[in-house]
Amino acid sequence: MSAIISTSTNTTTNIAWFFACNVIDVPPNGGVCVKYDDVQIALFRFARRDAWYATQNMCPHRQQMALSRGMTGTHNGEPKVACPFHKKTFSLEDGRCLSDDQECSLTTYPVRVENEKVYIGIMQEA
Amino acid sequence: MKIVIIGNGMVSYKFCEKIIAKLPARAAEIVVFGEEPRPAYDRVHLSEFFAGKTADDLLMAPADWYVANDITLHLGDPVQQIDRNTKTVHSYKGITEAYDYLVIATGSSAFVPPIPGVDKKGVFIYRTIEDLELMRDYAPKVKRGVVIGGGLLGLEAAKALLDLGISDTHVIEFAPRLMPRQIDESGSRILEQQLKQLGLQIHTNKNTSEVTGGDTMTGLQFADESILEADMLVISAGIKPRDELAKLSGLETGHRGGIVVNEKLQTTDPEIFAIGECALYNGMIYGLVAPGYEMAEVVASHIASEAQEKAFTGFDMSTKLKLIGIDVASFGDPFAPAETSRSIVFEDTMKGVYKRISITNDGKHLLGGILIGDADAYNMLLQTAKNKVILPPNPEDVLLGSRGGSQDAGPGVLGLPDDAIICSCESVSKGSICAAVEAGNETLDAVKKCTKAGTCCGGCTPMVKDLITGTMKAQGKYIRNVICEHFSYSRQELYDLIRIKNVRSFDDALDHYGHGDGCEICKPVIASIMASLWNDMILDKGNDVVQDSNDRFLANIQKGGTYSVVPRIPGGEITPARLLVIAQVALKYNLYTKITGGQRIDLFGAHLDDLPNIWEELIDAGFESGHAYGKALRTVKSCVGSTWCRFGLHDSVSFAIQIEERYRGLRAPHKIKSAVSGCIRECAEAQSKDFGIIATEKGWNLYVGGNGGSKPQHAILLAADLDSETCIRYIDRFLMFYIKTADPLTRTATWLNKLDGGITYLRNVVVNDSLGIAAELETEMQSLVDKYKCEWKEVVESPELRKRFSHFVNAPGTKDPTVKFDTLREQKKAAEWK
Repeated sequence: MSAIISTSTNTTTNIAWFFACNVIDVPPNGGVCVKYDDVQIALFRFARRDAWYATQNMCPHRQQMALSRGMTGTHNGEPKVACPFHKKTFSLEDGRCLSDDQECSLTTYPVRVENEKVYIGIMQEA
Repeated sequence: MKIVIIGNGMVSYKFCEKIIAKLPARAAEIVVFGEEPRPAYDRVHLSEFFAGKTADDLLMAPADWYVANDITLHLGDPVQQIDRNTKTVHSYKGITEAYDYLVIATGSSAFVPPIPGVDKKGVFIYRTIEDLELMRDYAPKVKRGVVIGGGLLGLEAAKALLDLGISDTHVIEFAPRLMPRQIDESGSRILEQQLKQLGLQIHTNKNTSEVTGGDTMTGLQFADESILEADMLVISAGIKPRDELAKLSGLETGHRGGIVVNEKLQTTDPEIFAIGECALYNGMIYGLVAPGYEMAEVVASHIASEAQEKAFTGFDMSTKLKLIGIDVASFGDPFAPAETSRSIVFEDTMKGVYKRISITNDGKHLLGGILIGDADAYNMLLQTAKNKVILPPNPEDVLLGSRGGSQDAGPGVLGLPDDAIICSCESVSKGSICAAVEAGNETLDAVKKCTKAGTCCGGCTPMVKDLITGTMKAQGKYIRNVICEHFSYSRQELYDLIRIKNVRSFDDALDHYGHGDGCEICKPVIASIMASLWNDMILDKGNDVVQDSNDRFLANIQKGGTYSVVPRIPGGEITPARLLVIAQVALKYNLYTKITGGQRIDLFGAHLDDLPNIWEELIDAGFESGHAYGKALRTVKSCVGSTWCRFGLHDSVSFAIQIEERYRGLRAPHKIKSAVSGCIRECAEAQSKDFGIIATEKGWNLYVGGNGGSKPQHAILLAADLDSETCIRYIDRFLMFYIKTADPLTRTATWLNKLDGGITYLRNVVVNDSLGIAAELETEMQSLVDKYKCEWKEVVESPELRKRFSHFVNAPGTKDPTVKFDTLREQKKAAEWK
């Protein structure tokens, strides 16, 4: 079980933050897969703009655990990831599929970086 | 106003469509009488009824359409009498309707020659869906079918018989050749040859004298006393205008049929019009649908009292169609006489292509022509003829394309006048397309949306594209094939920038020449250019994350997220000891093994975490990366050659190994495959490769630009009878030139197809050093060869790099638990995905 290091409160949900990895473990402008119990989360580091994003690791198109190995980039400034299997692209901001209107969206997770450590937030039921 | 239309075929329907568009809503009461039981359908594509389309699919519009547009439609109810004094019509079912305007669009019926026996069972005509239904019901017991008529309709009918499953189908033509009205003798010959290959039996010069048999036909008797046994006959020998009602009503008709009309399509009674195949204008029946539509337009415009009075002044009978899969087209005046014209003929009996154009004696204008087997150029040629465009200095270029000389193949589509119709389906002129581009619609999609050009059959798309780039160039806009939103450069420009500025990382490239964060398009392109230029370790300098996923993990991702591993087996030669190593590794890591098409062994189902361990064992045994994951040299396949083969001229295996080891790891715009054959029997299939080598008595023949895959293409001979050293120098030059100039993800075949000047130009560059860059190309290649290192060896030896081959960043060594395998023939396979 990963350690929950802090909880913060907003209007309807609590976010439980868990430690994912050290900043140095994630290749700049790339992604890694983080294990959270049985959940696989893709964590992306946009070093050029110092931004972090996290989504489900499974590409909804063919249910493959692959997005963390996908190539990151932007489309008109919006951060995105392309699945290595069939190059479907998803927004890292809201998880929607950018290349196919019919495709399901990704679940996204908030990311926090403190003291060179990366934390991913999991929504808790209120 | 009340308009009555007699007949409900394609032209009648088109008239309805046009008149309701031209008149204000409810300005006219429209009544249509049709003889057939269903609303107007697409008779042009009648044969598709047998290819699976239903009668409903073929409808021009469903019955609801008529209701929705307030058109009264009486089906199965032909008009039997026109009373011109009272301006009324009387139908078969007893309906009487008055009219202000009467439009006769009764079309035509099949012309049945007066041959004894045509009333026998088994004899059909080919005209309506009912005819087709009768044919369909009769066909299952038929062994041999015959069609009388080798024209357009006859060949359509023959296709219908083939579609009905009657493989023994014969076509009988009275004239000495097929389609005598549209194409010339040589064209007919090629068409006949092609049709024969499809299984049709063609008999020309045959005058049918009798249909033999009792109640049911058993065959045909010809005037030359010969006999053809057959149990089904379709007569499709021409059309006969349906003018009997007009005749009965005292309207003038031609002595060979057809209702006489003037340029407004008025019959001798100015309130009665005739349009389509029943109308006789200037002594001619127009048996195509396009002129019928034009007639509908003229009458609708006249009745709607449009300001600009239109007139029918004849119609260009140019036509392009696909007959049983074979392009047939004729345009302009295909039979221009020899005194006033010259002709240029291209004939390829191998491919079944025949093209003939007639040009004026001074070589300036195109008069007309015939295209059989390949009619791609039809629209361009038609417009060139119609608009009297001045031909290029070598007029044959319009037929054959520019063939690498210094002359351009004429002004092309840009040389057409503004009123030239580019999209004939939607009647969009060159002028309106250019205007749309000038107004800012600078992409094909934008132009399509704005003008409707290219939205129907799409045949004009290449011309529209040329117009877009041409118009933009004319506006002084520099058209570049930029790679994506992050880099406003083409691949070739980026290649030069990266080389000259010594750019070594993607971030550098982005900082200096791009903007934003990059994407899955520009990242691999730049990664590939850097690899081609510097041959640095591709996972260094932060470049790992800009490699395509397979390059990033130096393996090929497969279903389920595991990888496949391909060690290099140069030339396909492997020792038993090494085979054993592969077997041991496969057993140890539970991998599925398969021999590839490139004479190597692929090991599937490796977990990401296992890849470095697998490679460590393979490298220990002397293997190295096979680069199956990269846009790089893959394999050099070989036949066994002169060391064993009794036909072998040279040692093809040794040469293949030498070449594979020279170019291993070479990164290029796309993958590169090669092969070496030891003799002309070509067992290594070298002519299907990006570059292929075949042994000759005197040395090696070098072929380039071949491809397998979905668009197979034979490689073209670049140079013959080379010694090994020269052969390798030419390959160095060829590959470097390709790497420098090709667009991303373009194989050598496509690159060569698009290269201005084609193989002649390439040969000049590579063999004759016309650009003076041969030495430079060789030096560059040599530096890449010298810098080669096995990527996997570098990974295996670097703990830092090894760490990246882990599925979970926070649980190294834990494999992806979702990976599942099934079993098949004693090996594993990836679990099927959803």
